[in-house]
Amino acid sequence: MSRNSPASVQRRKSHLTPGRILVYAILIFLVVIWITPTLGLLVSSFRPAEDVRSTGWWTVFTQQSEARFTLDNYRYALGLPVQGQVVNPRYKTVGLQNAILNSLAVAIPSTVIPILIAAIAAYGFAWIRFPGRRWLFILIVGLMSVPLQVSLIPILRDYIKIGLNGTYLGVWLAHTGFGLPLAVYLLYNYISTIPRDIFESAFIDGASHFTIFTRLILPLSTPALASFATFQFLWTWNDLLVALVFLSADSSTQVLTQRLLGLMGSFGQDWHLLTAGAFISMILPLTVFFLLQRYFVRGLTAGSVKE
Amino acid sequence: MRNGTEPSLRRSRRLPMSSPLTKGSLLALATVFSVWVLGRTFLFLRDATLPQWFLALAAIVWGVGGSMLLFTLLANFVEQFPPRWRRGLVPLVFVGPAAAIVVIYLALPALRTLIQSFYDAKGENFVGLANYVYAFTSQEMLVSFRNNFLFWLLFGTGFSVILGLIVAVLADRTHPVFERIVKAVIFMPMAISMVGASVIWKFVYEYRPAGVNQIGLLNAVLTALGGEPRAWLLTPFWNNLFLVAIFIWLQTGFAMVVFSAAIKAVPEELLEAGRIDGANEVQVFLHITLPNIRGSVLTVTTTIILVALKIFDIVQSMTGGNYGTQVIANVQYTQMFRLFNYGRAAAVAMVLLAVVLPIMIYNLRDFSKRTEAF
Repeated sequence: MSRNSPASVQRRKSHLTPGRILVYAILIFLVVIWITPTLGLLVSSFRPAEDVRSTGWWTVFTQQSEARFTLDNYRYALGLPVQGQVVNPRYKTVGLQNAILNSLAVAIPSTVIPILIAAIAAYGFAWIRFPGRRWLFILIVGLMSVPLQVSLIPILRDYIKIGLNGTYLGVWLAHTGFGLPLAVYLLYNYISTIPRDIFESAFIDGASHFTIFTRLILPLSTPALASFATFQFLWTWNDLLVALVFLSADSSTQVLTQRLLGLMGSFGQDWHLLTAGAFISMILPLTVFFLLQRYFVRGLTAGSVKE
Repeated sequence: MRNGTEPSLRRSRRLPMSSPLTKGSLLALATVFSVWVLGRTFLFLRDATLPQWFLALAAIVWGVGGSMLLFTLLANFVEQFPPRWRRGLVPLVFVGPAAAIVVIYLALPALRTLIQSFYDAKGENFVGLANYVYAFTSQEMLVSFRNNFLFWLLFGTGFSVILGLIVAVLADRTHPVFERIVKAVIFMPMAISMVGASVIWKFVYEYRPAGVNQIGLLNAVLTALGGEPRAWLLTPFWNNLFLVAIFIWLQTGFAMVVFSAAIKAVPEELLEAGRIDGANEVQVFLHITLPNIRGSVLTVTTTIILVALKIFDIVQSMTGGNYGTQVIANVQYTQMFRLFNYGRAAAVAMVLLAVVLPIMIYNLRDFSKRTEAF
C-alpha cells in the first residue's frame, strides 16, 4: 500500500495535478467575480464626472492614453473647495461631512451601550443565582430573531409622544434594544466559561459583584467584547432601516446610508458623487473589519462549530 | 463585604462617614442628581444649535459616560443594603436593565403591533381582519411572497450556502497564502452596507440604449459579445435574480468563514481513513466532511434565511420595490412611512413575524435544550 505512505500524502499536497489546477482556476474565477464590481467603483470614484457618465470604468485600462484621474469627486463629497471650476450650486448640499459625523455619533454609543449592558447582564446570568434566571435568559435570547419591523410602529409613536423622535438617544436605545439579545448570548457564552476559582478567591476577600465584574470579568472578556463590538459597529454603521425610521425627520441628522440612498434616488445622474460617497462610507467599516477580523470570525463561529 | 456583624480592624478605623447608611444615602442622592443632570444635558443637546462635530462628540460622551456612571452608582448603592436585601437587589441591578430594554423594545412592541393590526390606518377604529385580508390578497403582497420565498429565500440562501461551502472546501486544499487571500476577498463584502453594495452593483447593471457607450459592466460584456443591451433591473420577474445576486455577493463570505472553521475542525485521520478505503475526494466530502459539519450548515442556513426573509435595503435602494421586485419588509416600510397606514403596516409586520416563526421556534427549542443545565 505505497499509495498511503506519508510520502504520497506529501506528494498530493505539493504536485500540480489537473484536479489541483481546476481548484485554483475555480477560486481565481470566483475571486475575479467578487472583486471586479468593487474595483469598478473604486476606479470610477477617481474619474472626472463627464468620463463617469460617458464611458465605462474599464476604459482606463483599455485606453490608457485617454484615462484621466481626479480627486474632485472626493472634494465635492467632503464639501472641500474645488479649484478652478464653477461649482454646481446643487453640489454644495451634497457634502457628506455632516453625515460622517452623524454616522459616528450613531454608531459608537450604539455599540458601547449595548456591550456594557449586555456584559453586566451576562455576568448576572452566569454568576449570580436568582429565581427565574433561566426563563429570563431564554426570553432575552429568544427575541434574537424577532424582525425589528414588529417594533417600529409602537416605538415610533412613543418617541413622537415623548420627544425622542429624531434624536440620537432614541436611535441608540433602539439599536441597543435590537442588538441586546445577540450581545447577551455571545457574552454569556464567553463569561460563563471563565473558571470559577478565579473569582472564588476574590469573593473570599470580600469583593462585591461590582468589583469582580469591573476588575476581573471585563478585562478577561476582552476577546468576546471585541467580537460583539465588531458585529454591532458594522451593523449600526451600515444600518439603513432604523436610521430612516427614527432619524428621517431632519436632514441635518441623517447618516451616511440615508444620504447615499438620497444620492441614488434624486441625483441619478451625479454618479461621480455617489462613487466617492460610497467609498467614504466603506473606509471605516472595512478598516474595523480587517483590524478586528480575528475577533469577528470568532464571534461568527462561536457556538456553531462545536455542535 | 459589609456584614456589620464581624467588625474587623480595618473597618473600625474608618470614619463614621463610611457607614452603609450614610454611604447609601449619598449614593442614592448622587444617582438622582446624575439622572437629573443627564436629563438636562439631553434636553440641551437636543435643542442646541452648535457645530455638528461638537454635538456629535458631546452626544457620544453623554451616552457612553452616562450609562457607565449610572451603573457604577446603582451597583455601589445596592451594596450598602444588608445581605438579605442585597441578594434580591443585586440581580436586579445586573440583569434588570437588559431585561427592561428587551421587553420595552421587542416583547411589548410585538404585542402592541399585534393589537394595532386589527385597527385602521390611524389606529382609532377596530377593523377586524381587514388589514390581514390586504396582507394576504393584495397584489403587492402576493408579489412579495413570491419574491421573498422563491428568489430571496430559495435562490439567495441556496446559492450563498452552496458557494460558501464550495469556496471553503476548495480553499482548504490550496496554499495557505492563497487561501488567505481568497477568503479575504470573498469575506470583504460583509463589511459593506447593503446600500453601499447597491451603489457598487448599479455600475454593473447600468443600462444605456443600444448604440451608445455602455457604462455598465454587464451590458458592456454583452454588447462586446454581440448581444443587445438589456435593462436588467426593469425586466419584471428576472430582475429579482439580479437583486438576489447582490445578496449572494454579500452573504457568501459569512457562510464560507463558518464552514471553513468547521472543516478545519474535522479530524484529519477521519479523512485519511476514508481515502485509504478507496473513497475519492468527492466521496470523502459527501460522506465524511459534510456529516461532520452538519451543525454549522444548519446554523448558517437558518441565519441567512432570516436575513433573506427580512430583506429591505437592497430592494429599497435598487428599485424601491417597483417593476415586480417588491418584498414584505419594503411593503411594511411603505405602508408605515410613505402612506402612514399604521394598521396595514402592523399587519404586514405580523406576517413578517409569522414567516420567521418556524426558525424562531427551532432556535428556541435548540436553545432551551442547551440551557437545561442552567
